[in-house]
Amino acid sequence: MSLALDIFTVLAVSAGAFFFLAGTVGLLRFPDALTRLHALTKADNLGLGLVVLGLLPLADGALGALKLIVVWLFVLLAGATVSQLLARVAQRVGPSR
Amino acid sequence: MIIAWTFDAILAIIVLAVAGWTIAARDTFAAVIGFVAYGLLLALVWVRLAAPDVALTEAAIGGGMTGVLLLVAVARLRAAQAAAAAETPGAALRLVAGGGCAVIAAALAASVLLLSDPAPTLAPAAAANLPQTGLGNPITGVLLAYRALDTLLEKVVLLLALLGVWSLAPDRLWGGLPGLKRHARGDDPLVFLARLLPPVGIVIGVYLLWVGADDPGGAFQGGAILAAMWILALMAGLIDAPPVSRRWLRLVLVAGPVVFFAIGLAGFPLAGAFLAYPEAYAKPLIIIIEVVLTLSIAAILGLLVAGPPERAPPPP
Repeated sequence: MSLALDIFTVLAVSAGAFFFLAGTVGLLRFPDALTRLHALTKADNLGLGLVVLGLLPLADGALGALKLIVVWLFVLLAGATVSQLLARVAQRVGPSR
Repeated sequence: MIIAWTFDAILAIIVLAVAGWTIAARDTFAAVIGFVAYGLLLALVWVRLAAPDVALTEAAIGGGMTGVLLLVAVARLRAAQAAAAAETPGAALRLVAGGGCAVIAAALAASVLLLSDPAPTLAPAAAANLPQTGLGNPITGVLLAYRALDTLLEKVVLLLALLGVWSLAPDRLWGGLPGLKRHARGDDPLVFLARLLPPVGIVIGVYLLWVGADDPGGAFQGGAILAAMWILALMAGLIDAPPVSRRWLRLVLVAGPVVFFAIGLAGFPLAGAFLAYPEAYAKPLIIIIEVVLTLSIAAILGLLVAGPPERAPPPP
């Protein structure tokens, strides 16, 4: 059981790391602000979500697991709001950069 | 072991690189973003050094609050950027300034490297006497019992900083409302966040204050989060800052240092020294100080970000 949970942790955290990598590559390679934001949200939402999912079996009891999930939800909220704000500015400034 | 070592090495390299980049950045806005990233990385360093209290403060103050202050400063300085560029000192002066900084950095590095091994420490004495204060977190013990004078003066410095900001207001606006009026727009995502986050943020701020007695946390970290919630609502335009001439506002601002000072003076007759607590009442007194300090810190930090009065005071 514990071995299966360890394998689950390694797989989920690795998948999360992959999304962070993909998001960073997108941030560096995509041509304009809106597509770069699109790439970043993948790292925040999915990448961190998978990392949190993978760390759940290692969490310090049910309360610790709940804290991890709440941290993810707050990052979702902050990430969504900030990318909306950035996208607004990008739209106002125009597609020049 | 090897993983932890690699992580620390990479972290140290990134911190140094971000610090260098922040200094080298030509654009002030980019430099501030670099500074915020530097503050968050430094918080990670404190976690690795097993100092979660310092890490919380660094993330809240070094990364968050200072970052917002610097961003506001950048926005204000934008109009004066050409004039500032014209007054930039020449290469010789910059070389001297850089050389002076390098000497200080080298002296600091040398004094750290030349520390006797094991380094002199008061940690065992602090831990041994902690039960007398009724606290479980030695950091809070140091801040509010052993070195309470430092903490008291630190809060006075915060007040002085706010007075410095206010004194930038022209005479006719003295006592007026800080910052410009912002109007909340229904479709603004910031308004959505400012409605959703404060209820949770206030609970977390009070929680950090309360657990500070036994776990990482305390008045400064809790106060910084409360201030952040206030600033969020201010920035979204949901509420307006009060005129800085309001009597209740000034009472909240000075309440923390004044209560701290009064309890410190009471230490003379009750415990024989300034800022000494009678042993039976040490913990309740420390909690009273922490609660009032948290309120004052939140108000001071919020008003520091709100800036000097820019609108005339309403008729009394």
